[in-house]
Amino acid sequence: MPIRSMRGALKALVLVAIFFAGVWSQSSGVIDDFIWYLPDVQYLAVQHIWLTLMSGSLAILVAIPLGIVLSRPSMARVAESLMQILNVGTTIPTLAVLALSMSFLGIGTVPAVFGLFVATLLPITRNTYAGLKGVNPALMEAAAGIGMSPMQRLFKVELPNALYVIFAGMRTALTINVGTVPLAFLIGAGGLGELIFTGIDLYDPVMMLSGAIPTALLAIVVDALIATIAFLVVPRGVNPGRA
Amino acid sequence: MIRLDSLTKVFDTPKGAVVAADHIDMEVPEGEICVLLGPSGCGKTTTLKMINRIVKPTSGKVFINGDDTTGLDTQTLRRNIGYVIQQIGLFPNMTIEENITIVPKLLGWDKAKYKARAREMMAMIALEPDAFLKRFPSELSGGQQQRIGVARALAADPPVMLMDEPFGAIDPINRAVIQDEFLKMQQALNKTIMFVSHDIDEAIKMGDRVAVFREGKLVQYSTPDDLLAAPKNAFVESFLGEDRALKRLNLVKVREIVTDEIGTVTPSDTLETALAKIDNYGYQNAILMVNDRKQPAGIVSRSVARTTKGYCRDHFQTVPAVVGLDDDLRKAASLMFAHDQTWLPCVNDEGTVCGQITQRAMTSHLGARYRARQGDDRTPSPAIKE
Amino acid sequence: MEILLYALDSAGLLLSRTLEHIALVGVAVGIATLTGVPIGIAITKNERLAQGVLYLASIIVTIPSIALFGIMIPVLSLIGHGIGYVPAVIAVLLYSQLPIIRNTYTAINNVNPALREAARGIGMSPNQRLRLVEIPLAIPVIMAGVRTAVVLNIGVMAIAAYIGAGGLGTFISRGISQSDPRQLIVGAIAVSVLAIIVDYSLLYVQKRLTPKGMSRQAAAT
Repeated sequence: MPIRSMRGALKALVLVAIFFAGVWSQSSGVIDDFIWYLPDVQYLAVQHIWLTLMSGSLAILVAIPLGIVLSRPSMARVAESLMQILNVGTTIPTLAVLALSMSFLGIGTVPAVFGLFVATLLPITRNTYAGLKGVNPALMEAAAGIGMSPMQRLFKVELPNALYVIFAGMRTALTINVGTVPLAFLIGAGGLGELIFTGIDLYDPVMMLSGAIPTALLAIVVDALIATIAFLVVPRGVNPGRA
Repeated sequence: MIRLDSLTKVFDTPKGAVVAADHIDMEVPEGEICVLLGPSGCGKTTTLKMINRIVKPTSGKVFINGDDTTGLDTQTLRRNIGYVIQQIGLFPNMTIEENITIVPKLLGWDKAKYKARAREMMAMIALEPDAFLKRFPSELSGGQQQRIGVARALAADPPVMLMDEPFGAIDPINRAVIQDEFLKMQQALNKTIMFVSHDIDEAIKMGDRVAVFREGKLVQYSTPDDLLAAPKNAFVESFLGEDRALKRLNLVKVREIVTDEIGTVTPSDTLETALAKIDNYGYQNAILMVNDRKQPAGIVSRSVARTTKGYCRDHFQTVPAVVGLDDDLRKAASLMFAHDQTWLPCVNDEGTVCGQITQRAMTSHLGARYRARQGDDRTPSPAIKE
Repeated sequence: MEILLYALDSAGLLLSRTLEHIALVGVAVGIATLTGVPIGIAITKNERLAQGVLYLASIIVTIPSIALFGIMIPVLSLIGHGIGYVPAVIAVLLYSQLPIIRNTYTAINNVNPALREAARGIGMSPNQRLRLVEIPLAIPVIMAGVRTAVVLNIGVMAIAAYIGAGGLGTFISRGISQSDPRQLIVGAIAVSVLAIIVDYSLLYVQKRLTPKGMSRQAAAT
C-alpha cells in the first residue's frame, strides 16, 4: 500500500505545481503572449493536419496494394531486390527526402506532399510485405487444401493474419510523417513548423513553444489514434494487444 | 547418498496454496539410481529441483552424503551436484569444450586440468574429442547434444546427479542407445542419481529404486521388481498398467530360474534311448541333442523317435532357439512364443548347455510374488512413513 | 555536373562536416548505450517498471525532433546552451533510449528459460549468468537496437543544423535559405549516403559480435 499512498501524494504535488505554474504565467503575462499566437496556431494546425492527411492517405492507398502485389508468389524474384532498395530507402533521413523533393519539384505544397508521401510509403510497404510473407505456411496450405481461391485466401486468411504487422507499419510511418510535417515549412508548405523555425530564428521562446507543443501533442495523438484503431480492427485471435 | 527429510513445497497461487510436495521422506543409497515416477503435476520434478534449490523448499531438509545442505551456499551446493535437464540447455554461445568445462572453471580448476578433463569426458561419452570439442551445440544432433549435457554435468565429478527427464526429447531409438550407454557409464562411475521420468518402462530399466508420486505425496518407494509385483494401491496399479507382470520379465535374468536338470542325448544314442528320455523327463515334443563338447547340436522330436529306428545323429532337426544365462525373461518368453516351445535350453558364456528354462518355471516365479502379496497385503514399504 | 564540381570544390568542408556529424551522433549514441543497456537489463527484474519505462521512451520517440528542440531551447537557455550542439546531443540521447532499452530488455527476457535453468543448476551466480550467458546471447539484438538508434539519429542530427549544431544538415539549411540547389543536393545526398554506409557497417559489426555458435539463429532475426 505504500506505493498507492505515494501515488496519491505525487498527484497532489502535480496539481499544486500546475496551480503555481498557472499563477506565475498569469502574473508574468506569458499567457497573454500565447493567446496572441492562438489564431496562427489554429490556422497552421489545420494546414499541418491537411498535409498529414493528404500524404498519409495517399501513401496508405499506394503502399498496401504495392505490398500485396509484391508478396504474390509470382513476384518473388522482383520483390526481394525491390525490398532491398526499400530497406535502403528507409535509412535516408526525412530532411534529405524533402530537400531532394524540393530540388526537383521546387517550392510549395506539391513537393512537400510528395516528400512526405515517399517517407511514409516505405515503412508501410515493407510491413505489408513482411506481414503477408510471415503468415504461417501451414495456414496457407490449409486454406488451399479446403479449396479457397487465391482471392479468398488473401482476404480471409492472409490479410487478417497480417493485419497487426500492417498496422504496426502504418503507426511507424505516420509517426514519421507527423514528425516530418514541421519540416515542410522549410520548402514553403506551411504548417506548425512555421512558428518553430521562425521562433528559433527570432529567438522568441513563446512563438517556438506555440509551434512545438501542439506539434508534439499532435504526434502523440496520431500515434495513440492508430494504436486504438489497430486494437479495435485487428481480430482478437491474432491481436497481441488483446491477448 | 541423498536423504530427504520431510521436504515440503507449497506454492502460493491466486487460487490458494497448492502443496506440490508434501513431507517427502526418502533415501537414495550411494551409487544407486532412484527414478521419481508419476503423472505430470505429481510433484516429482518439484522434489528433484528442491535438492539443488532451483525450487526453494518451504520446509524440510536435504542431506547429501550425510551432511545437511541447509547451511551451504546455493552456488557451492549446485556446483557439487550434476544437473541434466530435458531441454539440454547447452549454451549456444560456447563451444562444446567451453560447455563441458564451465563447472570446473567456476570451481577454479587450472587450465591444463580442465582441458584434460574435457577430453576424458568426451572419451567417456564415446564422441571423438578432436572432431567435437571446437564445435558449437547447434552443429550437433539432439542425441549428441544430450551426451554433451551429461558430460557437462559429470565434468567436475560430483558425487550426486539430478536428471530431469534427461532423455525425454530424444527419439525412441536413440533414447534406448543413450540409456544403455548411460547405464554402462554408471557401472564405472557409481554416482548417486535422482532421475525424473514419466515413462514406466524407462523407470524400470534405469532405476535401482523407483519412487511413485501422486498429488505431491510419495506413494510407493521400492525396487522395480517389488513395485511391479506388489503395487501398494489401486493408483500405483493402474499407473503401472495391466501388463505389469510382463514388464517384470525385463527385470529377471534367466540365471535366476534356470534348472540344471536337462535331459539330453548324444548323436550316438539310439532313437529308442531318446524316446525313453523324453518320457522320463516329461517333454512334450522333443529332446535336445548335444555334441561332445556339450554344445547344442539339434533336437530329436518325439514323433520321429517313436516311429523310426536308428541313431539320433541321423534323425535330428536344428535347434530352434537357446538363451544365455544373462538374458532377461522377456527375451526367453519372446523366443518361446516365436518357436511355439514350452522350454528352452540355456547355455553359459562358453556356449555349453547348462540347464533349461521352462514356461512353467517362469510363470511360477512371477506368480510367487503375487501369491506372497496376498498374505502381507497390509504391510507398508519401510521407506514410507504414514 | 555543376553539383559534382561543387562537391569536389568543397570536398574539405564536406569531409569536416561529415566527421562532425559522425562525432556528434557517435558521442550521443555512445552515451545512450551506456545508459540504455543497464536500464534495459535492470527493468527485466520488474515487469511493471519495464512497461512504464518503455511507454515513456516510446512517447519521447513520437515527439517530432524539431518540436523537441523547440521545447528544449527555452529550458537549456537557462544554462546558456539553448542553441548549438548541446540540445542536439540531448535529443539524440533521448531518442536512442527506446531502441536500445527495448532491444536489451527483449533480448534478455527472451533468453531460453532452459538455458537460464541450466546456468542456475550448474551453480552460476546471478552476475555470472548475466556475463557468461545472458549478455553474450543478447548482444546481436542489443547491437541491432544501437544500429536503429544511429540511423534514426543521423536524420535528427541533420535537422539540428537549424539550431546551430553543425554537421551535414548545414549544407541543406544553407541550400534552402540561399536557394542554392548545389548545396541542397550535395547535403541531402551526403547525409543519405552516410546513413546507408553507417547502417551497413554496423550490420557488419553486429554480425562480428554475434557469438559464433549462434550465427545460424541470428541470421533468422
